[in-house]
Amino acid sequence: MNLIEKFLGNFIPDNYVIIVSVIIFFGIILSILSLYNLFIVWLERKVAGHMQVRPGPMVTGGFHGWLQTVADGIKLFLKEDIIPKEADNIFFWISPALIMAVSFAVWVCIPLGIDLIPADLNLGIFFIIAISSPVVVGIVMAGWASKNKWAMLGAFRSAAQIVSYEIPVALSILPPIIYAGTLSMTGIVDLQIGGFWNWLVFRNPFLFLTFITYYISAVAEVNRSPFDLPEAESELVAGFHTEYSGMRFAMFFFAEYSNMLAVSAIAVTLFLGGWSGPLPTSFVLRIPVSVLNFFAKTMFLVYLMIWFRWTFPRLRVDQLMNLCWKFFIPLSFINLFGTTLWKLLL
Amino acid sequence: MSEFIIEGTTLFKGPQHPSTHGVFQLKLKTDGEIVIDLDPVIGYLHRCFEKHCENINYTQVIPYTDRLDYVASMNNNWGYCLCVEKLAGIEVPKRAEFIRVIVGELNRIASHLVAFGTYGMDIGAFTPFLYAFREREFILDLFEELCGARLTYNFVRIGGVSYDLPPGWLQKCLEFLDYFLPFIDEYNNLLSYNKIFIKRTARVGILSKELAIDYNVTGPNLRACGIDWDLRRDEPFSVYKELEFNVCTGKDGIGVCGDSWNRYFVRMLEMAESVKIIKQALDMIPDGPVMSKFNPLAFKPPAGEAYARCETPRGEIGFFIMSNGSDKPYRVKVKSPCFSAISSIPAFSKGLMIADIVAVIGSLDFVMGEVDR
Repeated sequence: MNLIEKFLGNFIPDNYVIIVSVIIFFGIILSILSLYNLFIVWLERKVAGHMQVRPGPMVTGGFHGWLQTVADGIKLFLKEDIIPKEADNIFFWISPALIMAVSFAVWVCIPLGIDLIPADLNLGIFFIIAISSPVVVGIVMAGWASKNKWAMLGAFRSAAQIVSYEIPVALSILPPIIYAGTLSMTGIVDLQIGGFWNWLVFRNPFLFLTFITYYISAVAEVNRSPFDLPEAESELVAGFHTEYSGMRFAMFFFAEYSNMLAVSAIAVTLFLGGWSGPLPTSFVLRIPVSVLNFFAKTMFLVYLMIWFRWTFPRLRVDQLMNLCWKFFIPLSFINLFGTTLWKLLL
Repeated sequence: MSEFIIEGTTLFKGPQHPSTHGVFQLKLKTDGEIVIDLDPVIGYLHRCFEKHCENINYTQVIPYTDRLDYVASMNNNWGYCLCVEKLAGIEVPKRAEFIRVIVGELNRIASHLVAFGTYGMDIGAFTPFLYAFREREFILDLFEELCGARLTYNFVRIGGVSYDLPPGWLQKCLEFLDYFLPFIDEYNNLLSYNKIFIKRTARVGILSKELAIDYNVTGPNLRACGIDWDLRRDEPFSVYKELEFNVCTGKDGIGVCGDSWNRYFVRMLEMAESVKIIKQALDMIPDGPVMSKFNPLAFKPPAGEAYARCETPRGEIGFFIMSNGSDKPYRVKVKSPCFSAISSIPAFSKGLMIADIVAVIGSLDFVMGEVDR
């Protein structure tokens, strides 16, 4: 029973509690993700600006252009919706929706704070791995439906990349599960409460390596620089979303940034103690504080991704595959093996 | 396997593509990511420069030369003026020669900065581009003070330069050089020695010495192949005889001679050499007139022809001018270094990947304004 279910249980019959609570949670997640997107796009532009000896957006909204993303969002909403003549209409229409839906679905099993989880499935992490896979279908659909060679090339690159990097990501999720002995996200977080030395990342050296592997592979999985080949601007113009404009483009954009947050949130939950923080759990404001803890850690990991993007050049497609198959996958197996031994012997 | 024919997909890269460095099209025949065949298509920026020149007088040609290689206008002006001076036998005052060397080398730094920045962007690193433009801004400010323009200078004139240096300019120039030199190390740390960058560019698109000579590739692209040839030293024009500097060539080490990394890195080394040249020129610059005595309005070189070449940041630009004794050139022909570079692309970049093609094009650093003229 999560917090909202407990609360609703006072007013409505038990049969409807789950349905209503799920709807409420999706409302919450939608607003969180929208706010987050508005903020992160602005932040990325500001961070990029300051790294590049320029101020970034400064005008819209007065203070450091804080309304810039809102203005851009309105612009994207109002833009004419262009579908290329040759495009495959149905797939062209479905793919942004699919990608965006997937980026939402991941949040079902992530504990945002104490007792704040939309659905505490007993195989939560498995659900996340499963639900995040269809994104590649959406991307290939977008590339194929655009009837544009560059878009298609971007889609194929993306398919190869996401499918390959899902393996180290999934393999890196296993060690914390083995260590924790549960697939439930809440269970994993409960294990890590009480100071940062309890975080799984610091429990043994293999888990630390696992965290590094997971994070870098996750950066590759969400197509961020230096692994942003599907959207490589100087090679493929804009990759699979070359032909998309207006709101459809905004949906891709939204999904990309939401996925950044999602993979960071998974990393925080599995390795960095989830919502646990320095304040004692019996504190009155424990729920808001726990949410704050969770998002502070997550945003730090997202910020790291932004930092990467504006520092590193881009890898080539074969080098990317080499890195995955010849380095990260063997390393993941070593981590898995090491953690298992650690658990068995110690 | 020989009977197995790969048909491939035809991809049109450009003319509107982020990494074509101007309006330039590459017809790529690809098999997945591998480029089987490629064919550069030029002419999108053709402006009839050579024909225009036949209808205007000698001095009026100079602004048109600005628009050839618009990233290094000073050097183009200089190349044209060298040729006209050779044709008419005009002596250039010593002070003007030194000013030409200073502005020419400053423009070389500015041009190499653009090459460095855009190359980083081609490889996927956006940030170095803005660092490069930060320093380039100072050079443009210096030029603006000198001649009022920031891109198309029209500063080097037949028989000298258009204006003398403003008071305090030399001091500002020296300050800039002292400020600029440490930044080259910063660029190298940020981009040149970056692991990913080296992986992307070293041993990619190797242009052999023979091929480079066959295709008449010149300038940094030639020197990156390990050929020690620089017009400034080997066939000195202006006052380069009196100045000391090294000619930077590509080396085996991080990359191999003639690969994209060396082509890029030769430019980084040349920037430091240019700083050295300018510092010497600033010390040696004499007083005196900056324009030789002749009337540009009644300028009629004797009938005949002349060819002069000049080392620009992109290689040797050659001007051939034929005069029939009137105030307008009978024929002007430009030998463009960028054209040679572009024509060599298909010879050494078949079988690379699409991303490598971007790396190769960026490392050749051509400007389409000069190719199409």
